[in-house]
This record gives sequence, structure tokens and C-alpha cells, in this order.
Amino acid sequence: MTANLIHVLLLLVMPPLLAGVINKTKAWFGGRVGPPLLQSYYDLIKLARKSMVLSTTTTWVFRAGPVVTLAAVLMAGLLMPLGAFDAPIRFSGDPIFFAYLLGLARFFTTTAALDTGSAFEGMGAAREVTFASLSEPAVFFALLVLARLSGSLTLTGMLHGPMGGFSAATAAPLILVAIGLFVVLLAENCRIPVDDPNTHLELTMIHEVMVLDHSGPLLGVILYGAALKLFIFGALLLHVLAPFQTGVAWADWLVFCAEMLAVAVAIGVVESIMARLLMRRVPYLLTGALLFCGFGFLLLVR
Amino acid sequence: MSLESAQTTAFTNGRSIELGAIPTLEFDGFEDAILDAVALGQRVAALFAAPSARPGGALLYVVLADDRENRLGVTRTKIDGDSFPSLTPQCPQVHMFEREIAEQFGSSPTGHPWLKPVRYHRSWTGRDAWQRPAHEAILAGVTDFYRVGGDEVHEVAVGPVHAGVIEPGHFRFQCHGEQVFHLEIALGYQHRGVEQAMAGGPHARSIHYAETVAGDTTIAHATAYCQIVEALARCQKTARAQTLRGVALELERLANHVGDLGALAGDVGFLPTASYCGRIRGDFLNMTALLCGSRFGRGMVRPGGVVFDVDDARVAELLRRLDAAERDTAVAVNLLWDTPSVMARFEDIGPLPRQVAMDLGMVGPAARASGLARDVRHDQPSGIFRFAHIPVSTYDAGDVFARAYIRWLEIQQSTAFIRDQLSAIPAGEVRVPVGPVAPNKLVVALNEGWRGEVCHVAITDAEGRFGRYKIVDPSFHNWTGLAYALRNQQISDFPVCNKSFNLSYCGHDL
Repeated sequence: MTANLIHVLLLLVMPPLLAGVINKTKAWFGGRVGPPLLQSYYDLIKLARKSMVLSTTTTWVFRAGPVVTLAAVLMAGLLMPLGAFDAPIRFSGDPIFFAYLLGLARFFTTTAALDTGSAFEGMGAAREVTFASLSEPAVFFALLVLARLSGSLTLTGMLHGPMGGFSAATAAPLILVAIGLFVVLLAENCRIPVDDPNTHLELTMIHEVMVLDHSGPLLGVILYGAALKLFIFGALLLHVLAPFQTGVAWADWLVFCAEMLAVAVAIGVVESIMARLLMRRVPYLLTGALLFCGFGFLLLVR
Repeated sequence: MSLESAQTTAFTNGRSIELGAIPTLEFDGFEDAILDAVALGQRVAALFAAPSARPGGALLYVVLADDRENRLGVTRTKIDGDSFPSLTPQCPQVHMFEREIAEQFGSSPTGHPWLKPVRYHRSWTGRDAWQRPAHEAILAGVTDFYRVGGDEVHEVAVGPVHAGVIEPGHFRFQCHGEQVFHLEIALGYQHRGVEQAMAGGPHARSIHYAETVAGDTTIAHATAYCQIVEALARCQKTARAQTLRGVALELERLANHVGDLGALAGDVGFLPTASYCGRIRGDFLNMTALLCGSRFGRGMVRPGGVVFDVDDARVAELLRRLDAAERDTAVAVNLLWDTPSVMARFEDIGPLPRQVAMDLGMVGPAARASGLARDVRHDQPSGIFRFAHIPVSTYDAGDVFARAYIRWLEIQQSTAFIRDQLSAIPAGEVRVPVGPVAPNKLVVALNEGWRGEVCHVAITDAEGRFGRYKIVDPSFHNWTGLAYALRNQQISDFPVCNKSFNLSYCGHDL
């Protein structure tokens, strides 16, 4: 019960901190001070107090988009086990539910973008779904590998692995899956090299351009949802990358939080040392991620 | 060469000639003079109309730059009525000039393939080349844009309000998915009427108009204006003043080139160079401030010389800062060429072939990146550049990388130039008095601003006032080059292409 409470609490409170850590890391590389660590929280509070401007060409879809997206991502967060602990909600086959929740979130984000009728937003929506058609299969392959390794069909069971932990023989597919998942994490959360969260150049954006017309509290909901999504993908990656457990509950929570911040630092480092890819080369990167996860699966079924 | 000398009057950059010495040709002769000169490799530096004595009529002037001979040629013709034959089909580089003449004087270039307004203002003569009713407001960017038909072709409109704090301009893309078929650029949002404000001068405000034609090119435009006044007043500047002008001009180039390289890195999401170059640009701006108290060089250049002298302590401080900034720039910029992910974003993006650059009359780093060795400091030198030569940097690829790399080459050349000049400044006054302006003259002043050739042309009337003052910012030549470079490119590469040209909106809009 306590674990469930802490799970929900972390899920609700921690995500915006990751953005702060990423920005601090990038600022450090650039020789700058950077925005405060808690800037994302301040932004959310600021946006919540603002009024909204709604385009007259939009319908209820435009308003429902961010809300449905946030609800779906929150639900997905409740299915995802954090660190050494079980997820609050778990049932056989929940990986499929998890994937479809993220699909639903994407569907409503892109539909809300198309609802504005703007050329920019349509362009962003087209890019988003094109790239998603490559990153989603990668996630499915990763889940297949984990299901096969653990013999479980719940996210909690799959990600915690078989009793006694994964054996050394399974290291090869897990490494492949970890690489694939990290690329998917960057792509799904609109980070460099796929997207640039800081750019003001509409024509180069993927995710940001889809939410250009949202303002005030709705924009806050979108930003919060995006942070949650990063948190969930980070938690997923950590299970594969660093399944360390101490056996002591409070220490395990600390380990999880520290690892999560380390993921944020890693993202910040990637963003600091390389430029974005050409838009038409992004599919190559995602195909690479798909192949990594796919070969991980091949190694198991040979 | 005898062919052109019969048709045009030859002179040099920054020298005045008598209006009477300029032949007034029949239109056919005028056309031949331009076409022959361009066929011989000369450029059209300016083509403009000026009011003639007869009401309703106008005189067309052309300034041709013969870069190989370091000479300029000027000739003119009369046009009567509301049209004249367009030269654009045979000589594409005059296309914007002819549109400008149509807009300013209401004289249509018949046969012009792309006759649209340039800046969206009322004509100066009351005639309108597009027969727009007088009571209807003329709004910038409201025109018939070129459209590509087809179900799968979509149109993307960007601007004039942008997501970043930049100048207003409207970009209309015809796209097939991510591929750009055609880009049309509509400007004019920042039209202030500088040329009209300059007419009737020189007066107390003229220098300020010149300094603010394009805020980031303050020194180059102010110097061009001062060269005009000095040529008309037969004023001899001191060597010290010319050196300081040269130093200020190159500092302006350094600040902008470094800023551009940082902005290019920022556009592809490469943070280290973006952050460092942003800071180093400030260092160069502060060096300009050390010269004259203004980071953008306002108040530095005035007719007769420069306003602010330097003492030994200031020179030592400038040299110290120059060394530090040079070291930092080398580290930050070389990081670009050493990072494969950055090079992948620069190479083969937005290519502008040499022949197209030549046909369009491109100038500045954009022309040099396409292999055209065009540099006013070398081709039509004035001031300090007659004595101290800066090698012309060229590259042949014509892509975003070439335009970035040219900037890096010029940064190195300019740094060396400033160090040389500051180490041996001639003694003397920095400013001499300027007498009254001579009547019935024509002067052309060319300067290599950091973006390219800054061209000012002045014609004085019988009272010694500017009857016509023509300003050509390098952006006026180069915007079409950007539109061309985008053909068959990815629309997501537009920002980085745009930044690699980094053209001025207000310099174009005047």
C-alpha cells in the first residue's frame, strides 16, 4: 500500500524535475547557468493561472486532445512498475493495454493538431505519426523480448524478470533492447537528435508544432503530459538497463530516483554533444532502433 | 573594351563625376550597354529611376561594376510614359531593380516575367504600375502568389509574425510532403521610406538614416554615405580616419559572422557552438563599443572621418581582447567542422550553383560560397582597402556548409587585418571639416559590408541637394538566391538555409 502511494506520488510530482535536470546539464555543457532546476514547476503554475485563447476554427476535439492525452499517459504510468516495486495496476496482457494507451494519447494529440486546420500543425502531425509507425514496433519487440525472458505477460512481471534476476546468458538481447529503447525514448519525447524541444523554428518541429495553438492551462496539461511520458519511458528503460535492488524499501526508492535523474543527465549529454538529424534521416535512426529490438528477439527464438 | 567606353562613363568607387558627362542614350543603346557589360562579366550594381526635368518622365540610370578593371561605369536613358521594355528576360539580375522602378515610378517594365510589388507602397509619381485604386490600402504581402496545382501539393505560409523575435517577412512554400517545389518571399513590412527621406539632403538627419538602413550593418552604410558626402565636397580624409573606419567595418563583420555561425549551430540543435558563439559575438560588439561607445557602431563614422580617436592604452586593450576572442572563436567554430552530426546538416543542403549565383547577381559571402570571387574590398577598393589588401575567400560548393565556412575564413582574415592595422595606426587627426556639396554630380560609393556589397548612389541637383539618393543593400540582390536555394529541398531545412544567407529585411525594405 505504501509502495502504491509512493508510486502515485512520484509519478505525479517527479516528471517536471527531469526537464530541469536536462536543461541544467545542457547549460553546463554550454558554459551557462541555465534556468532554475524547478523552472518546469514554475511554468506549470504560471500556465495554470493564465486564460486560454481558443481559435474559432477549432472544435471540442482541440480542447479534448490535451486532456485525453494526459489521462491516457497517467493511466499508462499506473501500469509501469517503478524500480524494484510492483505497479499499482497489473493484469495479464497489460503490456498491450499500455501500448494502446500511448497510442490513444498520440491519436488525440495529432487529431487536436489537425483540428486547427493549420498547415504547420498538419505537418507536425504527419511527422509524428510517420515516426511513430517505426518507434511503436520497436517498443513491441522490446516487450516481446522481455515477455519471453521472464515468461510473464504483465508489465510488472516482465520488467522484474524471472525469480533470481536475469542470467548472464540473456545479457546480449537485453543490451540490444536497451539501446533500442533509449533511441525510442529520445524520439518519443521529442529530444535531439530527432526533435529539438528548444527551437522556435516551426518548420523544423515535430511535437512542438502540433501544440502551437494551445495556450494557458491546456498548454500546461500538454507540457505536464510530455514530462510524464518521459518519466514513464525512463522507468521502462531503467528496468532493462539497471535492475539494481537492495531489498530495503527506502533504499530502493532512493536508487530509483537517482537512476531516473541519471537518465535525465544522459539525455542532456546527448543533446549537448550532437546536432539534430536531417528530418529525412530520422526514419533510418528509428529503423535502427527497431532492428536492435528485433535482433534482441531473434537471439531468443533461434 | 572600346565598345562600352563609348556608351558609359568610367569612374571609380567614391569619386564624383559631372552629370553632364554621363551620356543619355536611346533605350536600345542603354539596353546594349547593360547586356554587353554583363556579357563581359560585369555586374549591375544599381539600376534605378530618377525624376527628369520633364513632368511625367524619368531617367533610368545604371551603375555597372567592372570588377576586373576596378572600375565603375554609368549611363542613362530617358523613359517617357508609363512603360519601358524589360531587360529581365535577357539579364535576370536586374529583375528586382525593374520591379522597384515599377513600384516607385509607376513605369511598367513590359515583358517582365514576375512583375509584383517589392515593398507595397504607393508610387512616388501618382501613377500605379498595377492600376490599384487610390482609395484601397496597399498591404504588404497581399499579392497573387505563385501556386502549384495538384491534390498532393500543399501550401505552407510562414510569417510575417514568427515564433522567434526576428524581423517580419512572409514565406510561401509550395510543398509535396516534406519537399519544397517553390518558395516565394514577400517583404516590405519594414518599409520606412529611407530613399525619400534622404532626398533633399544632406541634412542633419541623413547620417542617422544611413546608420539605420540595417542596424547590423551600421558601419558599412554610414561609411558609404560619408564617402558620398566627402566625394561631393572634395574632402580629403586622413589616413588615421580611414584606418579606424576599416577596423570598425571588420569588427562589424566579425561580430556578425561569429553570431551567424552560432545561430547556424543553434538551428541544427548543436548547443556548444551556439552558446559560445553567442557570447563571443558580444565580445566583438564590446570591442566596437570600446572604439566608439556603441556596440553597433552608431555615432562612429561621420563625414570627414570618424568621431572617436583611440589612444595607446585603448589600442592595447583592443589587441588583448582580439587575441582572446580569436582563440575562443577558433575553439567554438572548429567544433562545428569536427562534429559529423553537424556536417551532415550543412553539407549538400541548399546548394546555389555558380551559374545561378552569377545570373542572379549575388553578392557577399553567399556569392563567394558559390565560387564567385566578388568582394568590394578587393574589386572596387576604397579607403584603407586601397593600401591593405584582404585576400578574397571563396568556396565552390554553394551549400550551407560553404556559406558557413566562408564566414570562418573571413573571420580569420578580418582578425589578422585588424591586428595589422591597430599595430601601426598612422598619426594625425581623425576628422577634417567638410565643405558644401557640389551641384550636378553623381557619386557611387561601394563598401563590402559583412553581408556583401553596400551600394549608395547620389545625384545632386543644381542647388547642391540630393535630387535622388539610391541605396542598394546586399539583401536586395540575395533574397532571390535564398528562394532558389530552397528548390527541391526539405522544408525542415529552410531555417538553416535561411540562416546561412542571414539576409536583412529592413535593409531590403528601406
